[in-house]
Amino acid sequence: MFREKRGNAWAVMLLIGVFSMVFLLGPGYATAQVKPIKVGYLAPRTGPAASNAKDMVDAMTMTVDEFGGKIAGRPIQVIVEDTEGKPAVGLVKARKLVIEDGCKVIAGPLLGHVNNAVSPFLNEQKIPFLTNAASPADLTLQNLTPWMIRTVFSGPQLSHPFGEYAYKVMGLRRVATISLDYAFGYDVVGGFCKTFQDAGGKVIQKTWTPLTALDLAPYLAQVDKSADALFSLYWGSFSLRFVKQVVEAGLKGKMAILGGVTTVDEHCLRNMGDEAIGIVSSCNWSAALDTPEAKAYVTAYRKRYNLDPSYYSEMSYSLFKWLFLALQKVDGNVEDSEKLFKAILSLKFNGARGPLELDNYRNANQNVYIRRVDKVGGKLQNTVLHTYPNVKQNWIWPMEEYIKRPEYSRDYPPCPDCK
Amino acid sequence: MILGFVGLLVLLIILPHFLSRYLCELLTQALILSIVAMSLDILLGYTGLPSLGHAVYSGIAAYTTAILLTRYHASFPEVMIASLIVVTIVAALFGLLALRATSHSFLLITIALTMLAWGLAYRWTSFTKGENGIAGITRPDLGLPWDFRVAINFYYLIFICFSIALILMWAVVKSPFGKSLLGIKESPSRMQALGYNIWLHKYMAFVIAGIFSGFAGVLWVYYQGFVSPVDLEGIPSLEVLLMVALGGAGTLFGAIIGAVILVFFKSLVSVHMERWMMLMGIVFILTVIYAPEGISGLARKVYNRLRHSGQSTELPVSKSSM
Repeated sequence: MFREKRGNAWAVMLLIGVFSMVFLLGPGYATAQVKPIKVGYLAPRTGPAASNAKDMVDAMTMTVDEFGGKIAGRPIQVIVEDTEGKPAVGLVKARKLVIEDGCKVIAGPLLGHVNNAVSPFLNEQKIPFLTNAASPADLTLQNLTPWMIRTVFSGPQLSHPFGEYAYKVMGLRRVATISLDYAFGYDVVGGFCKTFQDAGGKVIQKTWTPLTALDLAPYLAQVDKSADALFSLYWGSFSLRFVKQVVEAGLKGKMAILGGVTTVDEHCLRNMGDEAIGIVSSCNWSAALDTPEAKAYVTAYRKRYNLDPSYYSEMSYSLFKWLFLALQKVDGNVEDSEKLFKAILSLKFNGARGPLELDNYRNANQNVYIRRVDKVGGKLQNTVLHTYPNVKQNWIWPMEEYIKRPEYSRDYPPCPDCK
Repeated sequence: MILGFVGLLVLLIILPHFLSRYLCELLTQALILSIVAMSLDILLGYTGLPSLGHAVYSGIAAYTTAILLTRYHASFPEVMIASLIVVTIVAALFGLLALRATSHSFLLITIALTMLAWGLAYRWTSFTKGENGIAGITRPDLGLPWDFRVAINFYYLIFICFSIALILMWAVVKSPFGKSLLGIKESPSRMQALGYNIWLHKYMAFVIAGIFSGFAGVLWVYYQGFVSPVDLEGIPSLEVLLMVALGGAGTLFGAIIGAVILVFFKSLVSVHMERWMMLMGIVFILTVIYAPEGISGLARKVYNRLRHSGQSTELPVSKSSM
């Protein structure tokens, strides 16, 4: 009896302790007299994209420091919230950032489905929203909402030039594709196939692997060995397995291995071995980029974090630089959303990845780099082979035509040469 | 017990006036999830059917609502009726499959059915927009003088729906039908001997619980403005089960407590610590070890002990006040 009583008392005390902590740990009050500029940053800090979120947050901190932590005398306060990669959580956190913390600008949240969940709310609140979700592509096309800006890129944007490059420069004629089975995969693969087929190439096979499939071997075993090249789209730990298993499946050496935006991005290249050498990919960034802005950024980033900045780092860096430069233009007046929004739209500047500006649908025009994984000085890097300057989301097509096309999907563009 | 419920409703009417807008939104969310948790409690606490796929009916209703709203611009009553019909059909079908088994096998079948619905939402992109989900659903316009985009007005709309659901479910569990469900939970063989059709009782409980879960799903879409396959994953169903376990099964009241605690815990603690899940896990382990009847059970025990503290300490603790 006594034991049970004590046990219950313990449980009660612990419960009370835990829940009172929730309320005691309320947000600290700012003591500074000048009101800080509050920016909310939604990042998937836990869950499958946690390692990407680390790069995002690191790069953001660096950008804040680059501006001395202040704009027009007002301290910059970026509040980072974890979305866990879930739409419902993202929405709760967006509400918290806007209503509870009083953030006047929101950035994030990387993942497309979380973006779709938070965007209507931010729009209703008239909060400028700088998204870093690349997919779905229609966010900056048919489904553009009044307060959204995409400083990163639109899903297929970086693949369009690659399809042409693969046909004209690399001389590839027959390509098979393998990709994660979701919106970002459809965009990246679709964009590549479209321009490759338009140039005269043949896509002979499309394989889609579910997000739940950790072992890619059974899918790689089915890849048509008569192809000239295999185009792939993976990220994070999927990429690490893909580059290893593509060797095990005997495909490497038989055909060229091509990668979409994230397949051999620096954020996974850090953990790859020699099996990644020779993979050609297209991205808007490379840590081996030979421009003064890129070099300065890479040097500073390496010094601070002892890592090569990944595409996620640069994307986050340029996003915040974009925002802070616009805030400087409006003298730190973050409260005047309309004016700030206009300042962001009209801004042109050189990010670490190259010149940046927004098109009429508020998507960034930017350079696209075709890169090859090389080993230089005992370290893997993405050597830039070719630069396509100022690439638009609609590539070479007129916007009026591009916007009327169906979304890239498993069935679009059509694949007449697939078995 | 009735007094407790009335007190709770009064508290829920007054409370939002003292809360910030953000906390008011969280309370709205807690009320919607309370409905799902209570409906699961009908299965778990009253019928003894541990379903690990109960949020699937909310998810299906949510998808029905979202598709009707974005494609056909249906009104709130139309959407509500159509979604409830769809959910009733689905629950009736799923019930036929799931109730072929009992206890653990039943639980596994409910998981499998959830996966089925998830797969459909994920892969049938032309209809469900796949992983991207369906966005752009606004708060309902009922033609009333109140603007439901205002947090507190929407809260009261949800509160009314919550109260209706609560009273209806209360009526179900207190009815002779509810009593026979409890009997089936305690001793199926005896109930069978008494001439009750056990399977039919279970089946009806299953469908009723599904309908209420679906009802909450419709409200959920209006609250979120969005639905995606994540709503059909196993995690939401698991969370609902945890709510019931935390609050205490077999008392609708416990399900409400569990839902409120889980929602506020998730949203407020996760702001301060990334590893909030670990803390949540510790709380659950403690609950299971020290308060297997949940918080409501624990409160009742403490209350009983205080009441009898003047008398013999060896008085047995009453297990349930039902």
